[in-house]
Order: sequence, then structure tokens, then C-alpha cells
Amino acid sequence: MRDRLNRLALNVIAALLAGLFAAAVTSLILWARGDSPSFVISQMWHYGTQPSSEVTILNSATVYYLSALAVAIGFRMNLFNIGVDGQYRLAAMLAGAFGGAVALPTGLHQIAIIVVAMLVGASWAGLVAVLKVTRGVSEVISSIMLNFIATGLIAYLMRPTILGHRSGANDITTEPIPRSGQVPGVNLISSAGTKVYGLIFLAIGMGVLFHIVVNHTRFGFDLRATGRSSSAAQASGVSVKKMIVITLLLSGAMAGLVGMPALLGDSYSYSSITFQTGLGFTGIAIALLGRNNPIGIAFAAVLWAFLDQSAQILDINGIPKEIVQITQGVVVLSVVIAYELVRRAALARQQRRVGRALATVPAEMEGAPA
Amino acid sequence: MTVQDTSAPTATVRLDRVKPARRLGRGQLWLAALAGLMLLALVRVTTNANDITSGGTLGATIALGMPIALAGLGGLWSERSGVVNIGLEGMMILGTFFGADFAYFTHSPWMGVVGGIVGGFIGGIVHAVATVTFGVDQIVSGVAITILATGLARYLAGVFFTGQPGGGPTQSPAIPQFTRLRVPALDSFFGRIENHHWFLISDIAGLLRGLVTTLTPFTIVMALLFPLTWFLLWRTAFGLQLRSCGENPTAAETLGVGVYSRKYVAVIVSGILAGLGGAFLADFAGLYREGQTGGRGFIGLAAMIFGNWRPGGLVAGAGLFGYTDAVQSRGGAKSVHALLLLVAIIVLLVGLYALWRRRLATGSLAVVVAILVFIWYLLTKDVPIELVTYTPQILTLLVLALATQRLRMPAADGIPWRKGQGA
Amino acid sequence: MAAADQPAVTGPVDAVPAVELHGITKRFPGVVANHDIDIVVQRGHVHAIVGENGAGKSTLMKTLYGMHKPDEGTIVVNGKQVTFSSPSDAIAAGIGMVHQHFMLADNLTVLENIVLGSEPTRGGVLDVRAAREKINDISTAYGLDIDPNELVETLGVGDRQRVEICKVLYRGARILILDEPTAVLVPQEVDELFANLRELKSEGLTVLFISHKLDEVLSVADEITVIRRGTTVRTVHPGEVTAHQLAELMVGSELPVPELRESTVTDIPELTVEHLTVRSEDGRAVVDDVSFVIHKGEIVGLAGVEGNGQAELVEAIMGLRPTESGRVQLGDRDISRWQTRERREGGIAYIPEDRHRQGLLLEAPLWENRMLGHQTQRPNVRGFWIDGAGAKKDTRRLIAEFDVRTPGIDVEAASLSGGNQQKFIVGREMSGSPTVLIASHPTRGVDVGAQAAIWEHLRDARAAGLAVLLISADLDELIGMSDTLRVILRGRLVEQVDPSSVTPKQLGAAMTGAGAPLEGSAAS
Repeated sequence: MRDRLNRLALNVIAALLAGLFAAAVTSLILWARGDSPSFVISQMWHYGTQPSSEVTILNSATVYYLSALAVAIGFRMNLFNIGVDGQYRLAAMLAGAFGGAVALPTGLHQIAIIVVAMLVGASWAGLVAVLKVTRGVSEVISSIMLNFIATGLIAYLMRPTILGHRSGANDITTEPIPRSGQVPGVNLISSAGTKVYGLIFLAIGMGVLFHIVVNHTRFGFDLRATGRSSSAAQASGVSVKKMIVITLLLSGAMAGLVGMPALLGDSYSYSSITFQTGLGFTGIAIALLGRNNPIGIAFAAVLWAFLDQSAQILDINGIPKEIVQITQGVVVLSVVIAYELVRRAALARQQRRVGRALATVPAEMEGAPA
Repeated sequence: MTVQDTSAPTATVRLDRVKPARRLGRGQLWLAALAGLMLLALVRVTTNANDITSGGTLGATIALGMPIALAGLGGLWSERSGVVNIGLEGMMILGTFFGADFAYFTHSPWMGVVGGIVGGFIGGIVHAVATVTFGVDQIVSGVAITILATGLARYLAGVFFTGQPGGGPTQSPAIPQFTRLRVPALDSFFGRIENHHWFLISDIAGLLRGLVTTLTPFTIVMALLFPLTWFLLWRTAFGLQLRSCGENPTAAETLGVGVYSRKYVAVIVSGILAGLGGAFLADFAGLYREGQTGGRGFIGLAAMIFGNWRPGGLVAGAGLFGYTDAVQSRGGAKSVHALLLLVAIIVLLVGLYALWRRRLATGSLAVVVAILVFIWYLLTKDVPIELVTYTPQILTLLVLALATQRLRMPAADGIPWRKGQGA
Repeated sequence: MAAADQPAVTGPVDAVPAVELHGITKRFPGVVANHDIDIVVQRGHVHAIVGENGAGKSTLMKTLYGMHKPDEGTIVVNGKQVTFSSPSDAIAAGIGMVHQHFMLADNLTVLENIVLGSEPTRGGVLDVRAAREKINDISTAYGLDIDPNELVETLGVGDRQRVEICKVLYRGARILILDEPTAVLVPQEVDELFANLRELKSEGLTVLFISHKLDEVLSVADEITVIRRGTTVRTVHPGEVTAHQLAELMVGSELPVPELRESTVTDIPELTVEHLTVRSEDGRAVVDDVSFVIHKGEIVGLAGVEGNGQAELVEAIMGLRPTESGRVQLGDRDISRWQTRERREGGIAYIPEDRHRQGLLLEAPLWENRMLGHQTQRPNVRGFWIDGAGAKKDTRRLIAEFDVRTPGIDVEAASLSGGNQQKFIVGREMSGSPTVLIASHPTRGVDVGAQAAIWEHLRDARAAGLAVLLISADLDELIGMSDTLRVILRGRLVEQVDPSSVTPKQLGAAMTGAGAPLEGSAAS
């Protein structure tokens, strides 16, 4: 227990140090261009904490959170689902088309759309799984390739002759989802005037579910065991191939949810402008930052969303807002290094402790049959 | 790469192991290349899709295949020393930006090459620090570098290109390019033969015309890097030491080889090569554009895997991807449709070979796939243009699915290694 | 603690010793691996260093080979004091080391492995011809019989060891450290190795021979230094001590003897393997038509040179590797189609050969490791849910019952010593009342105390009616602990020998396929 608390504290410190380092690098770059880092930070803080910004931050964080959870499921067993990006877009598109095409009573309609999204996401990830377990293809490369192919497939399916729907002059979207399939926003921050995605509660629920499944179920144990040592897990009776398939399917299903808050709570139809590429990669970064832990990921998602939103003010001041992407990139890179150092330090510390503890009971050792 | 199924049971020391699949001799390779060309010529004559062996297409193959091959060569250096480099894409992005930036502001395409080296170097050294010194998971580091590089290029492009004519955060102004080394007489000579559309002869002429019309000094210098890599890694003491770090770093350490320094060199060279690939892309396009790399870093890695971690093989792989990219970007739907026939024939041959070798499951599956593709070819006039754009990516998946299991990656590839951890 | 005697130096030796170690101390996090080590090695001697597993022999040799620096003490080589900051320094001083786990790259040729780090070049290019000539010269001079062009992965254990020795000689080493060189060799190969060592000695080379096998040490060494709990106890001459006395010096008591008591073998078959064939990916039969029966209360030993199919056989029995044909029967149930998990639930316990790879989650706490392999059974789980409290309680029972030395159950498995890890695994596998135990190298690399304990647990398991399959490279262990002994060679069970009458030498001959069949002579 003491060890675990210690390690938690160390990890938090490591994350903070990485954050400071990223801030320092960012400041250096700003300073090199002749901008004042303190001015930039105060501007960003001021803008980012306004009520309307807070709503946007919560909304983005909801989406990021789901994306990072999808990535984290794989990470927990050393599986790199880089394909969340394609899985989420394909799922959003097909679920959007489905939602616009069917007429169902409220309640059932939303659930049906969400289920379709999860199924689509899972199937697209399933391709990765099949290639890996039957042909030994690295999931990293296959999922990246499937991201590109998803883009092509979506463009094809969005032809007006297939699933596309001309709304306006050049805009092609899917058929809009009727009111019965929409999820209204909630008024979490009353002074903002805008509402937070209703599906924020779905995201929170998924975080809780993730925690319970990974830490308290047999399946979760198998998953973590495989992540720590697939050879030991295999010898213990875990079917590693089966675990790969199930985990990728779950990861893909979770990826399918990523597009849902915006689809059901805001745009009500899919278009490639609203559902941009890159969310899956953001999910990877946030999962790494949050150590694949649902609470850590929540903090990381909010931080990420805050940086995104507060940077919007910078362009007005003539500073490229892309500067925060450097901050984000440096944070991720330095945090993985910091976590690795913490891991090593904690292990060495424990070994020292074990050594000391055993050395203090020499009588017992002497007395034992040698 | 973690391409091998990690769940596979231990491979223990064996007394009488069968030797791994032997490599093809030089003669056999030429024969295979000729057979491939004949097959292409046959498909061209059958389908009338004349562009699939035109000089333009083959020239574009070189131009489009080179960045992939350079990224793959980068992957080769890194992975031969035992470090997986999924960050090639990010290093390539840095190469495109710095290449364009240097070329534009110095008005010299050669400085663009230097820019590519600088960009790749930055990415490579970051990856080396993270993975070699700090032992971070190599895939995690690579992904993080790609994320960082995307942001960095975007920011710097905003800083440097905003306000320049035609430039902005997502695009550079037009940059000075290398001039192509043309031989007009040969160009028109081969062109005439090509236009006759004779079986095989016109195809060979197309190939030659592609060669004499698209080469730039940059292409030639880059092409030399492949034999140079082979020489350095397989014929020098330094190369042996570098490869030993990818096979058994602890053994190398016990013989006094500086494992960290070899890995550092390998990863930095890897970054530089990817950066050069990026600079090549920018030079070919005549500008920097966001998203210009389009996953070529990853495809390069796939080419390297396809090439079994060897330079010759990876050039073949990159050529394959470059060719499909050329066909789709020039001929579009019609040419790609013609390639369906080619795919059907090749898969059929693979299937028949597998059946002959008594691998019934693989064989029958391949034959069925071949028949399905053939039916697809017969029933349609073209392939959806939206998907045609991603032909190289689809091909990457297919190739890996067919090839991965017979390959042999360096034994210690992808495993973080620390000094003094030897048993 | 016994006072460290002055090293008794006698006999015809040079004035200057080859190696002198004085007051060497080396600490690691939490442990003092070596302290106050004093050894003087005369030139032209085979000097043995004996001690049980975990006594600190390997640490000491790594110090001498420059793989880490000692915290205190001095190293003197050929009369000159030296400090090594890397193996290159040691190599330059004429020291070479053959590691216990071979340091070879499978995918490189013998030549590449040998020249690595000291490559001959010609204008920057690797001079393969010069290297080949030099290797062939060494090979002929010392009777090593190696082919520089072969790929290392095609070599057997004995060949690999000779490549390692050649590697060291290639660098011009005059002082050779051999770390547990006989651990994986059959007696015949040990004889060959000793012949090689005598050859080296006659050329004036010095050999440091590390071992815990006392008979071997007595037969080959000129001097013997005993190490116990990280420090030198005494240096003796082989002529003046018996194996018995050496053991006394080494562990403070007699060495445990692998032996079985009265037979508990029944005639009820518990594990039956019939015509089992397993093919490798390249289509070779690595297990070839293997059939045997293990009865309740019987220990069947499986002898074989490493890599002759025993690992694959075990994996096939555990359901970890697909079989081509044949069947496996547990009691009267055909389990050929069962998954690994079903087999474990059905009552097969498994001590894997590599505890770090297959036996433990090194970075997980002990109580989670207790669940491993039993993660579908009480007390670790309740239906779908993990029962942390139940698992922890049972882990406490386990560490008490099996004498696992640990400060607690939240400690990560990586922090324990090898012997304690292995005792933990044995305890875990014996939980949940199994009926079959597959024990692969159960005492490899563990200290004498743990070894004795594990043998006792095996005897208990046998007495409790388990059917045990024992695989080991330690022939004494196999002969002593088996009711029935089978020999596997190139995937086939070639012989059945009687453990009560067979000698290690005869068994070694059978394992390599040399020598006359033992069936008639030994079994009858």
C-alpha cells in the first residue's frame, strides 16, 4: 500500500515536471520569436477560464476522453491501436447515415445509433485483429493504413448517389438525424449560454466501466497479465490471440463512441469538416499522458482541451496558436521519459527495501536449513 | 517492429535447425524482374490501359518511390541496431518543412537537401535520447515524435511562411527545384517506340524513357545511398557492430562494443534519411504542404518489412508502392482497374504455388480471392476514384498479410536495452 | 564466519600471479553481492571458484571482466594494478570470459560472432579472409573444431561453447574466465571441454573455472577457492580435500542429495501421451511419435540435450503449442483438444523452464502472481470478479508454507531472489490440488536451500499421488529424483533406463545417441 501511494505521488510529480519542462520549451520558443511568455500565459489563462470557453473545454475533453480510453484499452495489454482515428470516423459516418435513415422512438433511436457506431468501430478494428492473429501483421502499421483507407471509403460512401446528402451548395453530409435521435445538452455552466454535450455522462460512465473491468474482473486480470508478459500470460492459460481479438474489438467499439457526442449533440449529421482526422492521435497522446488510467486520462483530457481552447486567443495577438501543439508534443514526450525514470527508481527503491528487510532477519536465515 | 506474434512459444536452441529461406541469386532476380515486366506488358495489351507502363508512369514511380525508399532505408538503419522507428513519419514531416524552408530562403535546391538533413537529424536525436538513453518504449516514443513534429512544422510554417507570396501556416511559397536531367534525343526516340504499343518492346522503352526524363541530381545522389548502406552495414567493421546491437546487444557489450553509441548513430542516420525523404517530397512538389508526407514514413517501414530488413528488398518494396502510387495519381481509375487483372493473376499464381507445396488452406484461399478479383475486374469498368487514391495503403496491407510470416527481423529489435543488464 | 585463510601457494609457478583480487566489495540496491574477496590465481593454473548459486561468483567474475566496477578493493593483473571501466579494458589486459548464458547472435555467422569488436579490416573493409585464417588456426591449435562460415543458430550447445572459447582466444586472452561452463553439457562433452582446458593450460594460459559441481572441480582444478555468502572462505588444493569437505566449506553443511524414498508408484495412469507429434513452422517433427504414461505417485524423468524436443513436448502437453497428431489423456479424459486454461483447471500444474519469461509477472505484486495460472479458481476469483482479499490471504499462506523470503505480499516479484521466486512458483503450482505436475528445470539457478526444499516438495507431491514429469539438465537430479527415466533425442523417445543403476556417463551417452543401447543392460 505504501509502495503504491509512493508510486502515485512519484508519477504525479513526474507529470508535473514534464509539464514544467514543456512550458519552459514553449517559453523559449516564444521568447526566441520576441513574444513575452508571461503575456501569452496570462492571455491564455484569462480566455480559457471564461464560462463559454469552459463549455467548449468540457465538450472537447469529453471527446478526447473517449478517444484516449479507446487507445488505453489496447495499451494496457501492449497493443497499439493507432487506428482509433479511422475507426471513429467510419463509425460516425455510418452511424450518422443510419440515424438519419431510420425512424425510431426517442430513447431507442439514440441507443440504436450508438450501437451501430460501436459495431462499425469494432469491425474496422477487427480487421487489424484478424491480420495480426492470422498473418502476424503488426497492428501499428495495419491500423495506420486502415486510417487512410477509411478516409477513402468514407469519401466513396459519401457520394450523393450512395449515402451522401446535399445540404447547401457544396456541403455534403449524411441525412440529418431527427429530433428523436438527438441527445440534448446539459446546462452545467449556467453563465455560459451554451450547453455541454449530454453524452459527457456516457464518457464518465465509460471511464468507470473501464476501471471496473480492468481492475476488478477476471478479463481485466488477463488483459493486464498479457500486457506485462504475454509469454507468462500464455503459460498461465490465457489465450493471447483471443485476448488480442477481444481487446481490439473493445478498443474499436470505444472508438466508435468518439464521434457520438458531437453527432448526437451538435451536428446531427456527418460531414468530413466536422469530423476531422487527428482525434485518434490526440487520444494516443492523452492516454500516454494519463498513464492509461481512467482518472489520469480525465485530467489529461481536460488539460489538452484547455490548451486547445485557450490558444484560440493567440491569433488575435499575432502569435501562431500552433505553439500549443509544440507544448502538447513536448509534454507527451517528456512525460513518457519521466514515467520510465519513475518506474526504474521505484523498482530500485523496492529492491533496496526488500534487501534491508531481509537483512534485518539474519537469525531466521541462519536458522533455516542451508 | 512488433510484427512477430509475441505469443509464439520459445524458440530454443536446436541441434539441427533448418536453414532459413535462402535468398535469390542475382540471375534469378533479373529473371523475376523480367517476368514481372512481361506480366505487366501482357496486362497492358489485354486491357489497353497503356499508361501502366508509360514513361510518365515509370518516371513517377521513381519520384514517388524514392521518399518511401528513403524512409524505409531509415527504418533499416534504426531497426538493424535494434531500435524500432515508427517516428519516421514525424522525421519526414520535419524534412519536408526544413527542406522547403531552407530551399526557399536560400534560393538553392541544394540547401533544401541540407534542410532535410537538419530536420531529420532533430527528429532522430530526440528518438535516440528517448529510446536509447532513457529506455522509453520505442513505439510510444515514435508516436510522440510524430505528434510533436506535426505541431512543430505547423508552428514554424506559420512563423516563416505567413506573409510570403502564396505561403501560410499550411503551405510554403513555391520553392526552387532541381532541374531534371533530360536527354531530348533519347526521350523522343523511346517515346516513338512507346507509342507503337508493341508487346514488351514498348514497355521496355517506356521504362527507359522514364529513366532518362525524370532524374535529377538529387535523385542520383539519393540512389547512391542504397548501395552505400549495404556496403557500410554488411562489409565494414562498423556495420557488423551496428547489426550485432540489433541481434544481441549484450553479447556486443561483452566484447567491448559501445552499444549506446552504435544505436545513437543508427537512429540519427535513420532520422536523416527520413528527413531527406521529406526534402525529396518537397522538392518534387515544388513546395511544402501540410500533410504532404501522407503516411509515406509508415509505408516506408512497410517496404522495409517487405524487404526483410535488407536494402535490396526494401528498394523492391518501395518500387512496388511507388509504382501503384504513380499509376493511381496519373491514370486514376482506369489504370488501377487494369491492375486488378494483374493482381488476380499474381494471387492465382501464388495460390497455385501454395497448392503445389501442399499448403491447402493458404492455396485455396488465394485461388478464391483471385477468382473474386477477376470477377470484380470483369463486372466493372473502373474502381471508385476515392479508393484509388489509397491504392498504396491497400497494397501495403495486402503485401504485409502475405509476406510477414516468412520474414526475419533482427532478434533484439524493439526491446529496450540497458547497459550492464546482461545475465 | 570462518576466517579467511592465507591462500596456500605451492607448486611450480611463476613469481608473478596472473590475477590477484584484494578486498573486493560490490554492492547492489539492497544487497552486498561481494565483500572482502581475496583470491590469488597463479599463472598456468586452472583455478576453480566454487560456491552455491547466489553466493556471488558471477558478480565477482563480472567485476574482473570490467562489466561493472567494484565499490572497494583492487585488481592486479600480471603484477600490475588495473581498473577496468568496460570489458574492452579487460580484453586489452588479456582477460576473456565465456559467459554462462552464451553471448552469441544467432543470426550472424560464427566468424562474425568471433571477430565482433576486434575486426580485422583492410582499407575500412572487413577482412573476412584474414579473420577466417586466424580462426582456423586457433581452431586447429586447440582442437576446437569449428566452421567459421556456419550460422550460429544451426549450432548445438557444445559447438556454441567452443565458439565462445574461440572468441576469447581470438582476442589473445591469456586469462580465461569460464562461468559455469558445464551446466548444459553432458558428461562426454564435459570430458571434451576438460581436454580443451588442459590444452590451454599446457600453452601457459590461466583458466578461472566457476562451478558448483564439486566432482568436476576436484578433477580439473589446480587450486580451489570457495565462496560463501559473497566472500572468500578458503583456498585449497584438490588433493587435500574431499567433495564432502568442500561442500562443508561451501554451504556449511552437507549438500542435499536428490533421492527418492520408498516407491509410491501405483498402476493407475494419470497422464497418458500417445503418438504425439509436433511440427515446427518449417515442417520438421520436433516431437516425433512420442508415447509414455505417468502413473499416480510416479516421477518420470526426461533426459535430453537441450533442444531435442523436450520444451516442445512440455508445451504440447500444456496446450501451448499445436500438435499435429496423437493424444494426451488426463486420467481417463482425452484433453488433446483442451485449451491451456482447461488443462490447468483440470489439474495440471506447471513449473515452466524460464521463470522470468513464463512463470512470473515480474512487475506485478506477489499476490497478483499468486493468481497467475489460477485466475479462474477460488480463492482468487469469485465468479466473474477478482477476489483480492482471498488472493492476498492465500498468498500469505503460500509464503509461510513454502518458506518464501519476502517482506510482504505487495512486493513485486522482480525484487525476490531466484530461489525465492522459484519456491513461490512451486508453492503456487501445488495450490489447488493438482493431479499432474510438469516440472521443467525446477532447481535451475537456485541456491542449495531452495534446491533442497524444492526436491522435498517434489517428493511430497509424489507421495500425495501426483504424476510428475521432471525435465532437467542436471543429470544427478534426474537420476536421483525419477522413478522412471526416458531419453529424448531429436524429438523421439529413444530409450528407457533404470535410474537405480544408470550412471551419469551412460545417460549422457544415451542422450547424444552415442554408445550402446542401455535398455538391455541397465533395465534388466
